[in-house]
Amino acid sequence: MSIYLDKEAKVICQGITGSAGLFHSKACREYGTKLVGGVTPGKGGSEVEGFKVFDTVADAVKKTGANTTMIFVPALFAADAILEAAAAGIQLIVCITEGIPANDMSRTMKLLKQYPQTRLIGPNCPGIITPGEAKVGIMPGYIHKPGKIGIVSRSGTLTYEAVWQVTQLGLGQSTCIGIGGDPIVGTTHLDALEAFNKDKATQAIIMIGEIGGTAEEEAAQFVKKEMKKPVAAFIAGMTAPPGKRMGHAGAIVSGGKGTAKEKIAALEAAGITVAQSPGGIGNALVEALKGKKKGKAKSSGK
Amino acid sequence: MKLHEYQAKELFAKYGLPVTPGVVVKHLSEIEEAILKFPGGPWVVKAQIHAGGRGKAGGVKLAKTETELHQKASDILGMTLISPQTGPQGRLVKKIFITPAIDFEKELYVSVVLDRGSRCPVLLASAEGGTEIEELAVTKPQAILKVIIDPVEGLQAYQARQLHLDLGLPKEKVNQGAKIFQDMYRMFMDLDLSLIEVNPLVVLKNGDIHCLDAKVSFEDNGLARHKEYASWRDPDEEDARELEAAEFGLSYISLDGNIGCLVNGAGLAMATADAIQHFGGMPANFLDVGGGASTKAVTAAFKIILSDSRVKAILVNIFGGIMKCDVIAQGIMDAAMEVGLKLPLVIRLEGTNVEKGKELLAQSELKYAFASSMDEAAQTVVKAAGGTIL
Repeated sequence: MSIYLDKEAKVICQGITGSAGLFHSKACREYGTKLVGGVTPGKGGSEVEGFKVFDTVADAVKKTGANTTMIFVPALFAADAILEAAAAGIQLIVCITEGIPANDMSRTMKLLKQYPQTRLIGPNCPGIITPGEAKVGIMPGYIHKPGKIGIVSRSGTLTYEAVWQVTQLGLGQSTCIGIGGDPIVGTTHLDALEAFNKDKATQAIIMIGEIGGTAEEEAAQFVKKEMKKPVAAFIAGMTAPPGKRMGHAGAIVSGGKGTAKEKIAALEAAGITVAQSPGGIGNALVEALKGKKKGKAKSSGK
Repeated sequence: MKLHEYQAKELFAKYGLPVTPGVVVKHLSEIEEAILKFPGGPWVVKAQIHAGGRGKAGGVKLAKTETELHQKASDILGMTLISPQTGPQGRLVKKIFITPAIDFEKELYVSVVLDRGSRCPVLLASAEGGTEIEELAVTKPQAILKVIIDPVEGLQAYQARQLHLDLGLPKEKVNQGAKIFQDMYRMFMDLDLSLIEVNPLVVLKNGDIHCLDAKVSFEDNGLARHKEYASWRDPDEEDARELEAAEFGLSYISLDGNIGCLVNGAGLAMATADAIQHFGGMPANFLDVGGGASTKAVTAAFKIILSDSRVKAILVNIFGGIMKCDVIAQGIMDAAMEVGLKLPLVIRLEGTNVEKGKELLAQSELKYAFASSMDEAAQTVVKAAGGTIL
């Protein structure tokens, strides 16, 4: 079991003839993902590295039975690519593209409400992986190991850091999701926590958040009321000055809201074990698993 | 990208929003031009910096006579303005905006921003304008009206009229007020803005509604679609290192400490700065070289970090995913050689081909300390910079 993605998923890549799209399509195929083709408007009928190329998502779905897509389309055209996938009946859309204008995403999220069966992960995210089964994204497969820890994070390399710490502890992951660093993303921390809570294969959860917005606070409310499994967390951006965009478009403290301090307080109040240093994420998980849900985790090496 | 008031007012005029024209003055000799264009006075002299709170800080002055105009202009031009938004070091005023003074009866506040909660644009308005909205949000949140706008359907005229009435604006001007709100929203969406704000929006003696101030920020991602405005960026108002970094596709933010950081990925870069602080050090910067971390980007990153004389030690923290650690190690070595690095260097590499990367580094002439975990890296660099581990 896992959430959102398993080995049965039939995946296409939108933007497969671009260098990033092709590179990662091959990497996903090597990992074992059923990558059944790709879409590049105008290049339909051709083949690239053994992948069939289609002009439209609808055509790709008809010919391959795809139900999942990975998007590498350039930023200004990516919102359209998301909507095309949803209209073609794709159920899981993973949008890797970075730099989509926020207003495009605002409109896109509203239009996606017409497709309740469709889930969007991202944009500006590393994607999703169910170790040992399938990966749809740009994460390095080998750092993962099949197991029982669910990981949800806004970031890319910081997620790898958390995954690596878990793997080194000898534990593995059920599913890891990078939800993306933009102010508006499809799947939120809350969505992922709800899914992990229901997933029988997930025993505990690591949530990695960062400054900006209130998504982590909302997730904390859910943990307090509904969560049946231990949760460990880390919030990045303690050192961030107000008003500065820390790499991710969504990582910005504005009007004194969305600070790391506020978020950590909300998480701890919900009984989540919060790592005080990024090196201590694995240890926080171990403590959470021991059942010491309340209080601060010690950082490793300290 | 933030705009100056005078630039924002140029855009406002294009969108049919009622603003008072003015003259931008960079040298006192240009004041005569303002007098010729708007003879008689009185005038308002406004400092043009990218920070709010100008009025209270002494950056906005009324001048009734020509002598007074010269006086106030020379007071403000070249002054260092310190407001809550500039930070303690303040901002040097290099431009002023001279505009005819206008009598008004009432001040209001209105803005459009993206509301992350509802994932929709939201129009914020208050009948209590003139003060900072952040202050009002704390002291009197009920005085702020919110209209959440459907981004597909847009702001409807009836919603805009309702807002006009709710704000207690003159009934006979309801269509005028509604048009202002709709034009602001249209501009927000058309230009992919992250903020459009009028504070204050005023009611004139004859009941007309007028935009006395104008604030506009382009959303950085959206700017790619509006290249014609890229030249409106004012480098004087931005950190030189941040601008240089952006040219190389790096994301750099100045912080207050003495430990330079070079990291791949925004989340890991933030977390690295946090780890340094956690162990008692202070990061000098946030620097994300991107997932790729090419030699060119790493070299540029080293140069930018070293241009900051406060930096006493450097921490490189790379989680090689798709990018292989040996390639990154080579990039670090080449870059360190090219810039003649002499500061203590701590390297933490993890991920794909990490062993090959370590080997390469070990064989090189580069002097560095290797750390095998993030915590160890942070502790080592804090020590190297002369700090005490907490």
